[in-house]
Amino acid sequence: MTAMTGTVAAAGTVGASRTRMEGRAKVTGAARYAGEIPFADLAHGWLVASTIARGRVRSVESAPVLAMPGVLAVLHHQNAPRLEEFAGMLGPDPTIQILQNDRVPHVGWPVALVVAETSEQAREAADALVIRYDQEPHDIAFSAQHPGMYTPDDSPLLVTETGKGDIEAGLAASAVVVDEEYTTPEEHHNAMEPHAAMARWDSGRLEVVDSNQGPFAVAQDLAKMFSLDLASVRVRSEHVGGAFGSKGLTRPPVVLAVMAAIVTDRPVRVVLTRRQMFSVVGYRSPTAQRVRLGADTDGRLRAFDHQAASLTSTIHEFVESSAGIGRVMYDADAHHTSHRVVRLDVPTPSWMRAPGEAPGSFALESAIDELAHKCGMDPIALRARNEPAVGPVSGLPFSSRNVLGCFEEGARRFGWADRDPRPGAAREGRWLLGTGTAAATYPARVAPSTAAVTAEADGTFTVRITAVDLGTGARTALTQIAADALEVELDRIQVKIADSDFGQAMIAGGSMGTRSWALAITAAATELRAQLALPGDIPSDGITARSDTAEAIGALARQERHSFGAQFAEVAVDVTTGEVRVRRMLGIFAAGRVVNPLTARSQLIGGMTWGLSMALHEEAIRDQASGAHVNADLAGYHFASNADVPVIEVDWVDDPDTHDPTGIKGLGEIGIVGAAAAIANAVWHATGVRHRDLPIRPDRVLLAGSRGC
Amino acid sequence: MREFGYQRADDVPGAVALLAADPAARYLGGGTNLVDLMKTGVEKPALLIDVRELPLDRIEVTGSGGLRIGATVTNSDLAADPEVRRRYPALAQAVLAGASGQLRNMATVGGNLLQRTRCGYFADTTKPCNKREPGSGCPAIAGEHHNHAILGASAHCVATHPSDMGVALTAFDAVVTCETADGPAELPLAGFYLPVGDTPHLETALPPGALITGVTLPPAPVAATSRYRKVRERASYAFAIGSIAAALDVQDGVVRDVRLAFGAVASRPWRARAAERALTGGPATAEAFAAAADTELAAAEPLPHNGYKVALTRNLVVAMLTELTQEAVR
Repeated sequence: MTAMTGTVAAAGTVGASRTRMEGRAKVTGAARYAGEIPFADLAHGWLVASTIARGRVRSVESAPVLAMPGVLAVLHHQNAPRLEEFAGMLGPDPTIQILQNDRVPHVGWPVALVVAETSEQAREAADALVIRYDQEPHDIAFSAQHPGMYTPDDSPLLVTETGKGDIEAGLAASAVVVDEEYTTPEEHHNAMEPHAAMARWDSGRLEVVDSNQGPFAVAQDLAKMFSLDLASVRVRSEHVGGAFGSKGLTRPPVVLAVMAAIVTDRPVRVVLTRRQMFSVVGYRSPTAQRVRLGADTDGRLRAFDHQAASLTSTIHEFVESSAGIGRVMYDADAHHTSHRVVRLDVPTPSWMRAPGEAPGSFALESAIDELAHKCGMDPIALRARNEPAVGPVSGLPFSSRNVLGCFEEGARRFGWADRDPRPGAAREGRWLLGTGTAAATYPARVAPSTAAVTAEADGTFTVRITAVDLGTGARTALTQIAADALEVELDRIQVKIADSDFGQAMIAGGSMGTRSWALAITAAATELRAQLALPGDIPSDGITARSDTAEAIGALARQERHSFGAQFAEVAVDVTTGEVRVRRMLGIFAAGRVVNPLTARSQLIGGMTWGLSMALHEEAIRDQASGAHVNADLAGYHFASNADVPVIEVDWVDDPDTHDPTGIKGLGEIGIVGAAAAIANAVWHATGVRHRDLPIRPDRVLLAGSRGC
Repeated sequence: MREFGYQRADDVPGAVALLAADPAARYLGGGTNLVDLMKTGVEKPALLIDVRELPLDRIEVTGSGGLRIGATVTNSDLAADPEVRRRYPALAQAVLAGASGQLRNMATVGGNLLQRTRCGYFADTTKPCNKREPGSGCPAIAGEHHNHAILGASAHCVATHPSDMGVALTAFDAVVTCETADGPAELPLAGFYLPVGDTPHLETALPPGALITGVTLPPAPVAATSRYRKVRERASYAFAIGSIAAALDVQDGVVRDVRLAFGAVASRPWRARAAERALTGGPATAEAFAAAADTELAAAEPLPHNGYKVALTRNLVVAMLTELTQEAVR
């Protein structure tokens, strides 16, 4: 038969709320994750992590462990398969060059893998495995003043420094100056689903089931590391239970699973424990940020300086780009942003929800609030006064920028006009009350992807793209996009994702997934419709059109493309106990075209909840003596409990981006940006005391007290 | 994980006999703490003797007007009991301030008293800990201790006892009853937990092999006007950084009777007897409350990062006694 497209007048499913396509499978348990898919003859690998922070492995006492019940192999640096060093998406990644030498760069570094018939046997044997070390003195003490601080080179992920004008002169000429240091602690993602991977050889192919954000990228890495043809590696990630950046790169579990499958010639699965997830899958570096703002009495900025310091490991450089946010948000004649980093004996940090913008916005949006108070201005009015016409650093036009629309709508709904600006003025029983606001922004980037759309002989359509649904609703959004592009009903479309055999596609990260994949699906659908317009029947194997968006993306105009938002929070603070309770939050966003309002709202609420958690709770604590965490589990690493999370209201304003074919900007990250600052600003408003160190813990609040009006 | 045996005890003497036969055995109540510690390798029992089904799940009013609470009463049932809520409201509030609904459904009174510290060093077998491995050292003293003890600690251990329930029981002079191979025995909760000294691994005065069978609360009219308040680093599902159980009887502005106990400040729930003595017979004023708290906390020896607990505990005393005074006036 002939597959008909365009029979539905503009299906218009984009913009309509849809429940998740796989929702039923997930709530009934039918959806299987990487750690629970059964395979015949499956063996289990258990990671053994170093207990020292720096040194060398002297010996791995395998013999007694190999005699334990069910143990099949003990892999370590002397017997593990050799890995090719490779040039990956971001250059060689030493964090997955594991079991290759005796060097130990941090506590928790993989030093062995025990493989056994059952997970329990592997775990018991791993616990029993004695490893001897030659320990060396370590240094894990992070501070902006650390003598090892250096200025990193620019990279594809980081412009280290920008500057124009004379900062010192600008500050000297300013009637009002804010010059403060803000700190954020080490923070972790710890997705609900731990990292898990299964690897096996299947008819000469390496077949991998892994929990990650980009199966094609993982397949590429594995092919290079294990010297295989890319065509002989298949990686699938059908369902992923949260990632937040921690699964954006190839991680140790999948490398170890492949090694063990090679050595044992059996399917092998490796699943991380919660504790292990604190050491081998990335985290957010602590930051120390100095912000200097100089302004006229009317709040207009003359000088803007944001200096951010973070840490990285001794084996790999990752820089938390906290100072980048001011390159978009605020302009001044003298404008400077910079990053420095220090190498310490700690695990390598990585992307974590709004990398850079999350901690950067805490510092900057706190400083802006401080400046507004010093100027005697409303903080929203001060932001409006400094709204730039073009990119403050790039000079490029904004594709769209509706941050003021967010503040206007937010202020109206939040009741901002009724706010008494004086700090410490409102009390209710033992609680001091305050409100705060902050701006949010996150880049709207896009990356080349390929997609295939097939018109099936039965009148349905199949979309194939190596997208990943991390629980966000990506599969559903892409189905809506395909339905619109093909102008057919949703139920005639099947979207298949998360299989590296479908070809190259952008990972589910950086708030880039939906936009990048939508571009590819739309292009393939357009091509398919052109083919279907020709006379003739559809053969039994269907008609397939493919797309590659590399060229189209290369042709996009150079512009400042970002999502924006305005965050509002109300808090209650008891300074006699140090307790802070957030009473309500409101976030209004300008984030381009919203594909699925239902899941978009969830995504934004989740980000704001995380911002609350960042403001008040999250902090990984390291013991200086051992270099190890003392709270590496979900009882010790506090994040917001349900009782901490109030009503969170989310909405968006119109933000048409007519320069982009999809109009989509992405909203994975922006929910967290500015949320912690809005809460910190509200705590200041409640107590009259500025908290510049996160989290705003009870002991800090108690000792700081209040300075009311 | 390690293999271990499991046996359900049929009756109290049988449970005691099973443990006597195997010194590496442990009694299993709700398992909400012990099983976690087995997973992390802190506890390595060869045998678990499940005592949760023993007929110790009653709460009874005693002839004198106190309460007898069985050892296997769950936290949920304890907090919901009308007599507990009427006679010792702070006890019900303390129990509800702890853990989560799911955990409270499993956790038992006996197990609660014997739960182990949540010190991060104790929980991590890769680190030294005098409580877990006597003589290995206490890294918390020079390391991370912002939620450690300010009272009654030693140079060998600064861990705190995590129980909320125990704080209220301590305020109300609870007596622990137990069964040993030689028959039943009683221990006042005030003497139940051993001083830390140089033996932090020895935590209680329970005779070897003893099984806790219950807790008896003597009658205390003052307890009817009592409250528990817990401060923690999030609104739920966290251990206290400071807590207080307080009961107050005020007549004509004078303190007739008062009970005070603190949580999260010591290796045991801390009965504030010095503060109680300072208050009794004196004026029920904020100044007097603060002075009494200072009297009790004069013995505090905070470490560099937990000094806030002195102020926190003092503030809790003043706030709670002020609230109870206002309640008495009404």
